[in-house]
Amino acid sequence: MLKISDLHANASGKEILKGISLTVNAGEVHAIMGPNGSGKSTLAQVIAGHPGYEVTGGTIEYDGKDLLDMEAEERAQAGVFLAFQYPVEIPGVTNAYFLRAAFNELRKARGEEEVDPMEFLDIMEEKLKLVEMDATMMQRSVNAGFSGGEKKRNEILQMAVLAPKLAVLDETDSGLDIDALRIVAGGVNALKRPDNATIVVTHYQRLLDYIVPDSVHVLAGGRIIKSGGKELALELEAKGYDWLLEPAGV
Amino acid sequence: MSSSIESLVNKEYAYGFVTDVESDTIPRGLTEETIRLISAKKNEPEWLLDWRLKAYRRWLTMTEPHWPNVTYAPIDYQAQTYYSAPRSVKPLQSLDEVDPELLKTYAKLGISLTEQKRLTGVAVDAIFDSVSVGTTMKTELAAVGVVFCSFGEAVHSHPELIKKYLGSVVPYSDNFFAALNSAVFSDGSFVYIPKGVKCPLELSTYFRINAADTGQFERTLIVADEGASVSYLEGCTAPKRATNQLHAAVVEIIALDDASVKYSTVQNWYAGDKDGVGGIYNFVTKRGKAQTNAKISWTQVETGSAITWKYPSVILQGDNSVGEFYSVAVVNNRQQADTGTKMIHIGRNTRSTIISKGISAGQGQNSYRGQVKVLPKAEGARNYTQCDSMLIGNACGAHTFPYIEVANNTATLEHEASTSKIGEDQIFYCKSRGLNAEHAISLIVAGFCKEVFKELPMEFALEAQQLLGISLEGSVG
Ligand SMILES: Nc1ncnc2c1ncn2[C@@H]1O[C@H](COP(=O)(O)OP(=O)(O)O)[C@@H](O)[C@H]1O
Ligand SMILES: [Mg+2]
Repeated sequence: MLKISDLHANASGKEILKGISLTVNAGEVHAIMGPNGSGKSTLAQVIAGHPGYEVTGGTIEYDGKDLLDMEAEERAQAGVFLAFQYPVEIPGVTNAYFLRAAFNELRKARGEEEVDPMEFLDIMEEKLKLVEMDATMMQRSVNAGFSGGEKKRNEILQMAVLAPKLAVLDETDSGLDIDALRIVAGGVNALKRPDNATIVVTHYQRLLDYIVPDSVHVLAGGRIIKSGGKELALELEAKGYDWLLEPAGV
Repeated sequence: MSSSIESLVNKEYAYGFVTDVESDTIPRGLTEETIRLISAKKNEPEWLLDWRLKAYRRWLTMTEPHWPNVTYAPIDYQAQTYYSAPRSVKPLQSLDEVDPELLKTYAKLGISLTEQKRLTGVAVDAIFDSVSVGTTMKTELAAVGVVFCSFGEAVHSHPELIKKYLGSVVPYSDNFFAALNSAVFSDGSFVYIPKGVKCPLELSTYFRINAADTGQFERTLIVADEGASVSYLEGCTAPKRATNQLHAAVVEIIALDDASVKYSTVQNWYAGDKDGVGGIYNFVTKRGKAQTNAKISWTQVETGSAITWKYPSVILQGDNSVGEFYSVAVVNNRQQADTGTKMIHIGRNTRSTIISKGISAGQGQNSYRGQVKVLPKAEGARNYTQCDSMLIGNACGAHTFPYIEVANNTATLEHEASTSKIGEDQIFYCKSRGLNAEHAISLIVAGFCKEVFKELPMEFALEAQQLLGISLEGSVG
């Protein structure tokens, strides 16, 4: 589904991703771990199409298409979703309106009819339950004044509604208490299907107790320095990153 | 990102066409003779000519104000034309007699003066250059005693009301442009809502400047008698021309005890081209006086004009009276706006609310200028001011000039201000959810203007939406 080959990317003229290769197949969950500042969010943003990063080399193939050739909104319409590490506030625009606008854009792209606000309410009801969010949150401005946990849950709500093929969760677990973590992980698991895939960017092993990955990759200094199965996460938990960094020359 | 912002804010001005009608236009220049000529063309009574002449003589002693935060080449008042009217317009004509060319003009502007307008529950007075082309729904309004006609007509049909209220809120000596208007005003609308009547229709005036090098000096007078209420809408457009045209209007609102007047404007005069050539100079004095328990609410969406100088204000004369000002002002390219309000608290427990949203793009300069004045007797007066600026791009400017004068220590004033930039991150967030950049900007701007748009009557909210390229549905309400 996703094939990243030797990807290089700059921000403000500085090289941050220094040759990343990663293949994700339908039905798989991949975890990307690594120290702060190693380029995890950069990778996530480049996949989603943030214009602030310049891709200087390599390719990303998604569903047989050249992802790097697509605008961010086209990627979303093709089923790519990024749960932001720092969700953005849009004052004055209700969560309900925003999410319905997004939902309808995706439907239009698939040649389906747009849904009206009443139909959308029905769709929302079930999804809100999934992330244990109160319906009143839908009438508040997008992320404005939300607590850290509410913002993260809101990202998962959006994911649940937009039903992506490829979801990238960027530290969705950071700053969550154990209950919120369980809710978020439960949401992700409930949405798992054989034809979609998830990339979970995380700092901590604890999320992986709830979302069991097929592969774990360690990203450091802009490169994937080690890949393994789910047991790699436990090893990292026990030993930290240092034992990997030095041999990799990071 | 910037290219999509530009394409959004640089939408072609859709109302820039010229109507080919034969006009009766007086020679350029301004003397006592000009004023006598205008007055004679309108067949005015002696007292009104006298009032105009007094205003003119006063104007001669005044100087153009230069305190607004705008710059422009000096205006040659002798190079202007002060009266132009389509020849086909006859005094007191019925709508059936209106020149088809003019009907077509208004149809192109989205204003139907013919029967179908009934469906939308709005009565329209259409002002073309210096005269009223016609007013719709007159019989329906007359049935409840509401008077809605051109100012020129009201001078003849309701002289006692005009005599009593003309200049009672904005005296001819008020300021340079008000004096000029009082001397040369051509037409405008007159509204009278009798005691206890809730006006059954929205009243709307559509101002169109057509003739070249001609100023438009309209005068609007709205009187809501005790316990009456009305919602009034105003729209404005002009052709694209390379020269600047002067628009100096005066609007006076009188809200007697327990009356309520809501005045909404969507101002979309031609703004000039991207290099600042041409466009309307919009120098407008708007003020209302609210008596006991009365309420006056101004809502404006200002997107046009090369220069805007405008401070819709409320004199809170009576106890418990309420004044409101909701404003969205957009400047782009070389546009300059210096706009805001004055809330003068005289009565006890008077309350005012000011919500100002300034959006600056291109090299536009946007200034909010607002005064809140609490006089000694205004026990318990309250004001809330919120003044937000949004910048799109790096070459534009936003400025705030609040003036606060409080002479009663029981008054409560709150002031909040913010400046934000449309962030690349906000746009990217929307894009990552499948919205294109244009949709994203519309959404972000609509969110920013939400508190003002929700004050607009429905039809105007839609027009404002089109103007800003904004999708309002659901995000406002
Ligand atoms: N827009 C940017 N401009 C400049 N430097 C950036 C930008 N985004 C990220 N960086 C830098 O790139 C490195 C990787 O950042 P990031 O991808 O956020 O790491 P992680 O998510 O792994 O903590 C950091 O050194 C960070 O400061
Ligand atoms: Mg990160």
